[in-house]
Amino acid sequence: MNSKVPLKLTVNGETFDIEVEPRWLLSDVLRHQLGLVGTHVGCEQGACGACTVLIDGKPERSCLTFAIQVEGQQITTVEGLTRGEHLTPLQESFSAHHALQCGYCTPGMLLTATALLEQEPHPTEQRVREAISGNVCRCTGYQFIVDAILAVAGDTKEDVR
Amino acid sequence: MKPAAFEYQRVTTVAEAVKLLRDAPDAKVIAGGQSLVPLMNFRLTRPSLLVDVNGIKALQHVVWDGTYLRIGSLVRHQQIADHAEIQKHFPVLAVAARHIGHWAIRNRGTIGGSLAHADPASEWPAATVALQAEIDVEGPQGIRTVPASEFFQGYYSTVLQPDELVVAVRIPYPKFRLGFAEIARRLGDFALAGAFVEDDGGQGFVTWFGIADKPVRVHTVLPDNMEARREAWQQALGTLAIADDSKSRRHLAVQMAERAWQHSRLEGGKYLSEEAAGGDPL
Repeated sequence: MNSKVPLKLTVNGETFDIEVEPRWLLSDVLRHQLGLVGTHVGCEQGACGACTVLIDGKPERSCLTFAIQVEGQQITTVEGLTRGEHLTPLQESFSAHHALQCGYCTPGMLLTATALLEQEPHPTEQRVREAISGNVCRCTGYQFIVDAILAVAGDTKEDVR
Repeated sequence: MKPAAFEYQRVTTVAEAVKLLRDAPDAKVIAGGQSLVPLMNFRLTRPSLLVDVNGIKALQHVVWDGTYLRIGSLVRHQQIADHAEIQKHFPVLAVAARHIGHWAIRNRGTIGGSLAHADPASEWPAATVALQAEIDVEGPQGIRTVPASEFFQGYYSTVLQPDELVVAVRIPYPKFRLGFAEIARRLGDFALAGAFVEDDGGQGFVTWFGIADKPVRVHTVLPDNMEARREAWQQALGTLAIADDSKSRRHLAVQMAERAWQHSRLEGGKYLSEEAAGGDPL
């Protein structure tokens, strides 16, 4: 039962041919097989949101999904938000508003907020708070994160990415 | 905290799933996996085989025919929250859906999985009991239909056999307006108490969740006077075996019933926005 099976995993637009055990979580495969350590692992029970990635554009928990389940789907991790060294407007805004301290929750926050702004370019503060309610931050008290997201929502009329 | 090893099979039909489940008694179905995978990560459960049903197209429909709403078991919570016809004809379901976990959980978790898991603090089991839904389950003998009131047996326990799969839930259009309320410590946490209330003019039904081992639809009088109504909630509550019985739990249960009743009196759009706006329930 520990035998590995071949898997084609599409992450940040690139397709990887790898071998996985069925029991390997998507979060672990991203980190250990692909070296994409921007996806953080916190609670491994779906409560903290640190491991949030986008699956076909929607935020989902990579610790509650087996890698083998998402063959053929588009995975986006924090590394995939930009192509080069520059930051997205949302990332710039996180920096400008001091929306991170230790940074552990940041990738999950960024991916959740990116998906929100894609779906709703001008969310209310209430909507922002609802959307990130599944992402726990133990440093900031959330206010600066909310400020950072709202600042981008106010700035950009069309493309937030 | 990593799952024990298991075999993995992907299926595209219910028949395939049932056959695999029949041949491997300790197999588990994985749909959204939002309750199963945490249990596996903690090794509280160690199935030898996971049958992944996410590829079964036949379980992904939402059909409203004017009398019944039929929801395939693989429909995700967020799809129910966002579904225009559900928002219009069954707003109570759209509102309840928004209280399930967080956005990322709702994007993957399914209604069928929630019913099969039967967490007594979860929304769908209580919703199906409150709305007198029927649950279709398919096994080697074919499909059987179970009224929601008979489906849930207690904590995480249903009449579902190991080789059966929830395939759909069928919900009749409610004769009277329903309301919903829930309180949790944080947005998205499991309910400390929640209620669906149906007002039939002077009388009606209340279905609580999060306070007993399973949802039960309780008949009650619903007087106009608020003090008399609070007395009625207390009486209705008295018919249930309350878990961790305490003054605070009873207080929350009464508050949620009262708030659900008040919501039942709001019109559709207002209902959706007032409930979504939250506010202090206590």
